[in-house]
Amino acid sequence: MNALKVKIWRGTESGKFQDYEVPRQESQTVLDVVTYVQRRLDPSLAYRFACRVGVCGSCAMTVNGVSRWTCRTHVSKVAGDSALEIAPLRNLPVVRDLVTDMAEFFDKWAKARGRFTGNKTRKDDFARVEPASKQRRAVDAAIECIGCGVCYSSCEVVTWKPDYLGPAALSRAWTLVNDVRDVAQKERLAAVAGDAGCHACHTQMNCTERCPKHISPTAGIAGLKRAVLAATLKGEL
Amino acid sequence: MNTRSQVLLWGAQRASAMVLALCVIVHFITIIYAVRNGLSAVEILGRTRGSIAWGGFYFLFVAAVAVHAPIGIRNICVEMGWRSRGVDVLMFVLALTLAMWGLRAVWAVVL
Repeated sequence: MNALKVKIWRGTESGKFQDYEVPRQESQTVLDVVTYVQRRLDPSLAYRFACRVGVCGSCAMTVNGVSRWTCRTHVSKVAGDSALEIAPLRNLPVVRDLVTDMAEFFDKWAKARGRFTGNKTRKDDFARVEPASKQRRAVDAAIECIGCGVCYSSCEVVTWKPDYLGPAALSRAWTLVNDVRDVAQKERLAAVAGDAGCHACHTQMNCTERCPKHISPTAGIAGLKRAVLAATLKGEL
Repeated sequence: MNTRSQVLLWGAQRASAMVLALCVIVHFITIIYAVRNGLSAVEILGRTRGSIAWGGFYFLFVAAVAVHAPIGIRNICVEMGWRSRGVDVLMFVLALTLAMWGLRAVWAVVL
């Protein structure tokens, strides 16, 4: 069977690509390739994965210059008959080889108040949310985010402005803004407003283009921009 | 600059962009109309002198430019790493300068 030429980033922020040859197989994913290298060719290679089926969001990497979830990316889709170049995600510090430090990415979710804040207890009745309501549909649009970091890695604004909250955190905030049970809306809108928040988005839509779950963080961010402006004009911010 | 001001600046830039979109269309159509028989100062002044409508239109156009451009340049400066108070002061001065230049031109052709 044909051999696939693979270049994999080795090192931290400084380092270099190292060449490997991996046998081609049918339905082979990029994660299969990395796993083959680590198990058969070079056990010192560091990479991160867990579920291998597109649920956990751990295995995102930069493949031939594009951020992707590697467990659901077929080699045939991205390599053609040429070669693969696999690097860590962009816009995040590299711990080693293909492993990035995701702390900043998730810290920004917390900064954007990406955590549900309710005021009901177990003694209260269930909240009734109409499935077809506008707000519930807005929640549905982004609820399937797996936190893989592909959008954050693809965002040019994060590159230019490292304190920008980024598409994933803002998309999460928009999901909660539309959650009728949440009681921390003013605080959330204040947290996502301004130069480091939703108003920094240029609507370039890299996040929407790259999201493996076909979520549009850009649409959520646009919603936040309008909601924050409305709250500001009403004097609530 | 506080967050509230940043949001209001964003709102002002969006609102001025909407005004500019209309003004630029009217401006282009006017250019095409105005040059149909060659362009002359007499013809331009004949249209604009004493016209409250053209005076109002160009006043609005200049105001939208004076609001829109400095906010955009401030955004570029912030993104390039210049985030001190100096950039806000400079952009305020730029807004006043653009408004002054523009209104002087409007004054010249309308009155």
